[in-house]
Amino acid sequence: MSVVNEWAFIGVFMALAWVLPAAPLAISWIFRPRRPNAIKMQTYECGVETVGDTWVQFKVQYYIYGLVFLVFDVELIFLFPWAMAYNQLDFFAFAAGLLFIFLLTDALIYAWKKNALEWA
Amino acid sequence: MEQQCINVIETMAPCLTSSGVDPGLAQFISIFIGVILVAIFPLVLVIILIWLERKIAARVQDRIGPNRVGPFGLFQNIADAVKLIIKEDITPAGADRLIYNLAPIIATLSTTLMWAVIPFSPVHIGVDLSIGVLYFTAIGSIGTLAIMMAGWSSNNKYALLGAFRVVAQLVSYEIPMVLALLVPVMIAGTLSMQGIVVAQLGMWFIVPAFLSAVIFYISNLAETGRAPFDLIEAESELVAGYNIEYSGMKFGLFMANEFMHAFTANLLFAVIFLGGWSGPGATQLPVLGFVYLFIKTLIVYIPSLILRATVPRVRIDQMMSFNWKFLVPVAIVNVIMVAFLIQVTKAVGLAPAPGETDFLAHLPQSVILLLGNLVVIAGILTYLRGIGRKARLESTVVAKAHDVPQVAAH
Repeated sequence: MSVVNEWAFIGVFMALAWVLPAAPLAISWIFRPRRPNAIKMQTYECGVETVGDTWVQFKVQYYIYGLVFLVFDVELIFLFPWAMAYNQLDFFAFAAGLLFIFLLTDALIYAWKKNALEWA
Repeated sequence: MEQQCINVIETMAPCLTSSGVDPGLAQFISIFIGVILVAIFPLVLVIILIWLERKIAARVQDRIGPNRVGPFGLFQNIADAVKLIIKEDITPAGADRLIYNLAPIIATLSTTLMWAVIPFSPVHIGVDLSIGVLYFTAIGSIGTLAIMMAGWSSNNKYALLGAFRVVAQLVSYEIPMVLALLVPVMIAGTLSMQGIVVAQLGMWFIVPAFLSAVIFYISNLAETGRAPFDLIEAESELVAGYNIEYSGMKFGLFMANEFMHAFTANLLFAVIFLGGWSGPGATQLPVLGFVYLFIKTLIVYIPSLILRATVPRVRIDQMMSFNWKFLVPVAIVNVIMVAFLIQVTKAVGLAPAPGETDFLAHLPQSVILLLGNLVVIAGILTYLRGIGRKARLESTVVAKAHDVPQVAAH
């Protein structure tokens, strides 16, 4: 199969993947009752009315995890070509990979020592 | 001609063209039918999966489970689907309507799209992308986005907390998962899913990449939000987590997606570590490939269901430390160890020739890699025992210091 065909398959799949979950929603839209009222549409809370706005600032910890994740994710993408060609490479490739993974680990150790990984 | 028209994509277009259809249209029709087959399959399968899960959870909890609707309660989920369809759909006041409505669709989309690259048999695969592994990792991340969208747009604090935990959990556990995936890619020398299965014809990767398989399994449990990592929808703390405000069919899509995702993750495990469709006679009779693949998937899927029904939930700080301070370092050590041993076996001349499908040719390298894995596991266990002993000693010291006044009072 040609490369164009491969991605045509993914393209058609992506279009259809929108339709498939939308279909039960559409069927439901035809059959379901619609009787909204103010109390029914209130935000769910445990027996009381919700206090204040929901979209508030959140804990900085989540950002730090996000940053550590970003470091790793980007570097892992670079490791994939290395891993794929690894069978044909020599010992130098191992040394190069080791150096690269060391840089990766370095970031982890730094974050660890800075207590960025503590859930405080 | 009959025989030639079996393969969904590759031979259908020529078949149609030879019977007088425009080549471009024939190409499109063949692709379209392939897509429909691959995409409908998980959606139909999910009905049986939910039944299976309910039955197993019921047995674990000493109940019978659904048994009224149809034989063995098999039609229970169809009845539930009908109920969900005719339920009123409530959009909470203040919700971000567009994102709120898109979220369940995108969640289902992300799981369905993963099926495009899963090889069911030597010839039945949606599309054998040359970057299959990267593709399903990337598509899997879209699911995270959908849950974040659902939590953020609901305008509910429980949902938002659920969404925060998604960022922390799903994003974190993707790192050990991808690190674990590096090892099979290294051994197979390809990113294509079909290529990975073909590389396992000699030896399943669970032997040379045992530790990777364990890491992949654990992070898959977390990625799919399964117990003991089901913090994103912790019922007792967050009521229902990100999908608290969803009702009717939108909730149904989220629920179906969760089961589908769990199964897909185990299917990927079977493809990458348990040899996919490979088995006796699978290359001659492709249909057997389906059977083998699903048996292998169930072998890993059913334990995950029993796990879900038996283990308690971990705390969020424990979960994050477990990932960043344990799984990620172990996965990194694992990658280095495997990379080193592959070079060593190549230097010694024990590595199998590329494309070798003989079991014996793979045996030396696999055994060496397995031994390397076991050494790493032994090292980890010794280290953990040391930590455990230290913690126990500290706690006894504290307890004794506490006891002293009481003893004196006597």
